Amino acid sequence: MDLSQINPVLLIASLMVAATPLLLATIGELVVERAGVLNLGVEGMMIVGAISGFAVAVETDSAWLGFLAAAVGGAVLSLLFVLLTQVALANQVASGLALTLFGLGLSSLMGQSYVGIKPPAMARLDIPVLSDLPVIGPILFRHDPLLYIAILIIAGVWAVLTFTRAGLILRAVGENHDAAHALGYKVVRIRIMAILFGGACAGLGGAYISLIRVPQWTEGMTAGVGWIALALVVFASWKPWRVLLGAYLFGGITVLQLNLQAAGVAIPVEYLAMSPYVVTIVVLVILSADKSRAPASLGRPFHATS
Amino acid sequence: MIVLEKRPQPSRGWSMSTPVLAVLATMVAGGLLFGLLGKNPFLAIETIFWEPLFGEFASYYRPQLLVKAAPLVLIAIGLSLGFKAGIWNIGAEGQYIIGAICGAGVGLAFYPLEAWYIFPLMVIGGALGGWAWAMIPALLKVRFGTNEILVSLMLVYVAEKLLASMALGLLKNPQGFGFPGSRNLNDYASATSWISQDVGLHWGMAAALIAVIFAYILLNRHMLGFQIRLTGEAPRAARFAGVNPSRLILFCLGASGMLAGLAGLFEVAGPSGQITIDFNANYGFTAIIVAFLGRLHPIGILLAGLLMALTYIGGDIAQGNLGLPAAAVQVFQGMLLFFLLAFDLLTNYRIRLKTREVA
Repeated sequence: MDLSQINPVLLIASLMVAATPLLLATIGELVVERAGVLNLGVEGMMIVGAISGFAVAVETDSAWLGFLAAAVGGAVLSLLFVLLTQVALANQVASGLALTLFGLGLSSLMGQSYVGIKPPAMARLDIPVLSDLPVIGPILFRHDPLLYIAILIIAGVWAVLTFTRAGLILRAVGENHDAAHALGYKVVRIRIMAILFGGACAGLGGAYISLIRVPQWTEGMTAGVGWIALALVVFASWKPWRVLLGAYLFGGITVLQLNLQAAGVAIPVEYLAMSPYVVTIVVLVILSADKSRAPASLGRPFHATS
Repeated sequence: MIVLEKRPQPSRGWSMSTPVLAVLATMVAGGLLFGLLGKNPFLAIETIFWEPLFGEFASYYRPQLLVKAAPLVLIAIGLSLGFKAGIWNIGAEGQYIIGAICGAGVGLAFYPLEAWYIFPLMVIGGALGGWAWAMIPALLKVRFGTNEILVSLMLVYVAEKLLASMALGLLKNPQGFGFPGSRNLNDYASATSWISQDVGLHWGMAAALIAVIFAYILLNRHMLGFQIRLTGEAPRAARFAGVNPSRLILFCLGASGMLAGLAGLFEVAGPSGQITIDFNANYGFTAIIVAFLGRLHPIGILLAGLLMALTYIGGDIAQGNLGLPAAAVQVFQGMLLFFLLAFDLLTNYRIRLKTREVA
């Protein structure tokens, strides 16, 4: 075992990359849940985003177009969830599961001819002087653009939820849909937009895995990140900035266990690989004591009677 | 304008017919999908639904149907108890793996001793393994109010890693020339779950039937079953009636974990034969579809399990004969759940055409 092999600067830099898919999926789901909808289909939307982004990036030779396609792919899949829960008023838990099961199948069907291909790379940020700074350079100024966009999305969601009228209405719908409806807000329409946003974010997160983090396509490559994102929303107590904290914490655990595997620690590889999931459970247990922060209408179906 | 009007009570007629409608709609949508993939849609649907039952080699496929249906029914029966009461065990896949590991572990511990009591002990081991794995989310939910959906699902990934570790380490066949995977339990007469491999019958099928009957009696004739149904349909009324929610959570998760563990054991000691890295075949997740397709009703689940087994076997045939990708069948199964949930609207709501009134 040789722990000195682990370079803390590279560790932090790769932690940020590992955390970004989680960040994107979580912030999307956070908006969905603040609107009072529980979409358990994050994993399915991520994996569909991962393959649609990958396929389009390979075909067009442009990572940017790939990410655009991933966002569209995730949103299109979430449209199925919209149809089930907002139009057909189906149970949200069951519909979310259906979305995940369907998405996993659909993605491996779509991805058959893309196994073993390398996607086009995305240029990394390269600012003269800043990117070359020791320590700070690799951590802050030498990443792919999407990593920064993810952080901007968080800032945007925070600003919209906190300072704007639209954010207030979204929160009102999530806290008490009957009251919001009585005030004349279109509960279903607002929720549909939130769900589509969540789908697009999850799709982006999935494509980040297949285009940047790994980068290649393998079946089921999201490996539960979508589910961890659902847990992270609870961890963040439905607050945008805490998503950043939570995602980096989990990214840190993932990267650290990979580094420990590489450094040949005496713990078997399988047990190290379990750690992100076990830590998720532990975090959930610690945070489940306080449920007061959850949107009050979360998971409840809304049916306007005239 | 189309208006949805909530029914005072779910319609019985629609409740029975939505699964049939969903299957028909899936056939149409699946046919379109297969057509898009460049296959003859009619031939593909016929291959999946007709060939295994009445085709040329039906005598070979029919017993296979039971082999596939047994674990699905066993797991889905357990899940349905919790789903009825709003307790969501999504981690049956994990409980299935742990049941298989524990059961196979018990059997392998006795190797090469031949005795009548080994298989029963393995059954107990499998049931306890699955039960214990499900008790983790159950106890966390009862004690800390932790969300059982996320915990049970996270434990699937933990169980998969554990399975890999077992197949490569503790349970690895010492005479396996270094290949990963345990000894084959089919070569160990005291530890096999086959009743008769020629006819294609194993104890898992018997267990699935017993589970169906037990669940039916429990839900229709027993106080606990009444409490499960009451909690699902009217949680407030259930609280006033003195239903203990903790007891219900422990029972529902425990029972579903036990049944999933049993399914895992019967599978590892029979059709699969050994613990390997990729031993689990997503039965735990497909069983969720089976439970819903069967309307969370024991008899319905039995039929739904057989139908889902049919899509597995028919999908395999279509893969061989028509070159239909394996993933297409997975999509097909996912679609089924979609249509079912969508058509359920008709069970709970009435669709009315309303002319717009002048305000």
